[in-house]
Amino acid sequence: MSAVTTGRTMADAFATAHAEDRAVLLGFLPAGFPDVETSVRAMTAMVEAGVDAIEVGLPYTDPVLDGPVIQAAAQQALDGGCRTAEVLQIVQEVAATGAPTLVMTYWNPVLAHGVERFADGLVAGGGAGLITPDLTPDHGADWIAAADERGLDKVFLVAPSSTDARVATTAQACRGFVYAAAVMGVTGARTTTSSLAGPLVARTRAATDTPVGVGLGVSNGDQAAEVASYADAVIVGSAFVRCLLDAPDTESGLAALRDTAADLAEGVRRRA
Amino acid sequence: MTTDETTSTTTTTATTAGTAAGLGVAHGAWDADENGWFGDFGGRWIPEALVAALEELTVAWTEAMADEAFRSELDQVGREYAGLPSPLYEARALSEKAGVRVLLKREDLLHTGAHKIRNVLGQALLTKRMGKKRVIAETGAGQHGVASATAAAFFGLDCTVYMGAVDTRRQALNVARMRLLGAEVVPVESGSATLKDAINEAMRDWVASVDETAYLFGTAAGPHPFPSLVQSFTRGIGDEARAQCLERYGRLPHAVAACVGGGSNAIGLFTAFLDDPDVAVWGYEAGGDGVDTDRHAATIVGGGAGVLHGSRTMILADSDGQTVESHSISAGLDYPGVGPQHAHLAATGRAHYEAVTDTEAMDALALLARSEGIIPAIESAHAIAGALKLGPRLAAEHGPDALLLVNLSGRGDKDMVTATRWFGLDPEAATTDPVGDPDTDPRG
Repeated sequence: MSAVTTGRTMADAFATAHAEDRAVLLGFLPAGFPDVETSVRAMTAMVEAGVDAIEVGLPYTDPVLDGPVIQAAAQQALDGGCRTAEVLQIVQEVAATGAPTLVMTYWNPVLAHGVERFADGLVAGGGAGLITPDLTPDHGADWIAAADERGLDKVFLVAPSSTDARVATTAQACRGFVYAAAVMGVTGARTTTSSLAGPLVARTRAATDTPVGVGLGVSNGDQAAEVASYADAVIVGSAFVRCLLDAPDTESGLAALRDTAADLAEGVRRRA
Repeated sequence: MTTDETTSTTTTTATTAGTAAGLGVAHGAWDADENGWFGDFGGRWIPEALVAALEELTVAWTEAMADEAFRSELDQVGREYAGLPSPLYEARALSEKAGVRVLLKREDLLHTGAHKIRNVLGQALLTKRMGKKRVIAETGAGQHGVASATAAAFFGLDCTVYMGAVDTRRQALNVARMRLLGAEVVPVESGSATLKDAINEAMRDWVASVDETAYLFGTAAGPHPFPSLVQSFTRGIGDEARAQCLERYGRLPHAVAACVGGGSNAIGLFTAFLDDPDVAVWGYEAGGDGVDTDRHAATIVGGGAGVLHGSRTMILADSDGQTVESHSISAGLDYPGVGPQHAHLAATGRAHYEAVTDTEAMDALALLARSEGIIPAIESAHAIAGALKLGPRLAAEHGPDALLLVNLSGRGDKDMVTATRWFGLDPEAATTDPVGDPDTDPRG
């Protein structure tokens, strides 16, 4: 009999946000970027500045869904030696802040580690679950079984190009939330939010009561407020990575990260 | 001899292909199921954003292959523009070395110099049929890029080719060829800046441009339907060779052999023979410095199962599942994955795979050049080296009259810089017989 997770999951974050009549802010950083220790400090700083839940990115050699900013950060993490063991350690430290902590990972590292063993590692560290950008539910039977057994969140993606039938089957396979990848393209900050997002969220809601998070492209409080007006969670990645990439030193990077997090946290409370 | 002829008599009647492109979507025991699975390998491990495009492609391809007009147009283009069918040549000097009769399928004589033209003409005509105006492609050494740029020029499509920045520097001539053909060449700086990263970047382009863009995938790998789709366009290699062999010798070969990187030429040769149980099937992977070193590209012989570029197949990865950089002197085989059908053929034992080192391949290249007057691509030289190992085994079992069919998948013009360096052929060098000369031989 496997252990069931005792860490906080996305349901906890949505319960809190619902009580405050606002959207959840979900922040992404690659594990081990710019190094293992700093990435823990950075994710902790994000939580302290108002990010509700953290996506810890598992750095991977072939990230086909990521734009240049996250690619560069992941490469730096890999070059620094950050591997699956370090990622699970980071999850444990970040989950200790009390924020639900998910791992976002391409699938081969999980397969190589062993699906059951990876799930056990998440449970042991208090992790909430996985977001799987290149695993669709029709290929995910092993993971779905492992997550169900342990009460872990399993977050799959829907896209503007998904048929209604696929939106429905994908949404119904999710626990925690459904990740609406709301632009057709790779990750990266964009100056305007996507016109594809609203209709995709509506189609997803028609298929499930599970909350819907919108990702890809949000970088400031105004955009966050706009997305928060129709989504349950606002997902931000590249804008956070950029804070650390552009900073001349760690401390100013962390300061920029706090400012950005605070701006976004204010945005999800505005729901403009 | 008697049993062989019995076999060939019964199989001759089943052979319908053999004129030109020899196309056909087979649904035999060795083909993928409707979800793209070859046994435990294949599938579609991709972002949801690409699922709709791959579904659309699957439907369009299936319909096209059932459409006589599409097949007839592709057949005509293949014959009149690309030079199909390629000849089958019994290489007498090479046969002496190998100990059996070696038949070379001369894909090196096709337009653009390799079997790749079969694949790109098929995919580009399919693109036109789908009403898309732009194609993208990845390339390693540049051969698939050149073929894609050629097909795009022929069919009037816009073409963007992603190529690792390391490769654009190594293969400047092919970059110039693609640009002359009107393609945009984008050097990819991310990751290891080689073929696998070019595939990543092409996929990123495709996620954002899928409505108007077709991805001309360069090998029989990737997510469903690419392994099957590419096989359907390259299988003419084996269909033609099988008919040519039966017509000339009245029997099937005892064995067929091809080099395997991603595996498009190999699966193109193998497919016609998979249901012939007496035909042995051999694939030769790039052994680099040796499979016992960490510098090779032999995913089946020296790798493990995993997911890469949309497919569950044999890959080179570390214990954390991070892709390991491959190495081969042949840029076209220098890839840390392989088509899932090859993984399945290996797992079931229907096909055998061995590794050929850089040195063995280059020795075979020199041998073919001097004994037959054919300079093969370094990729194809791996198949020649394999034939030299396999020949004596076949001879022991079947005698010197045994037939060994080898795919000469491409010509070596593109490899002259590498060959010049390897053999010390620089005009400035003092030696007159540089092959194997201990003073100039980089192998020491």
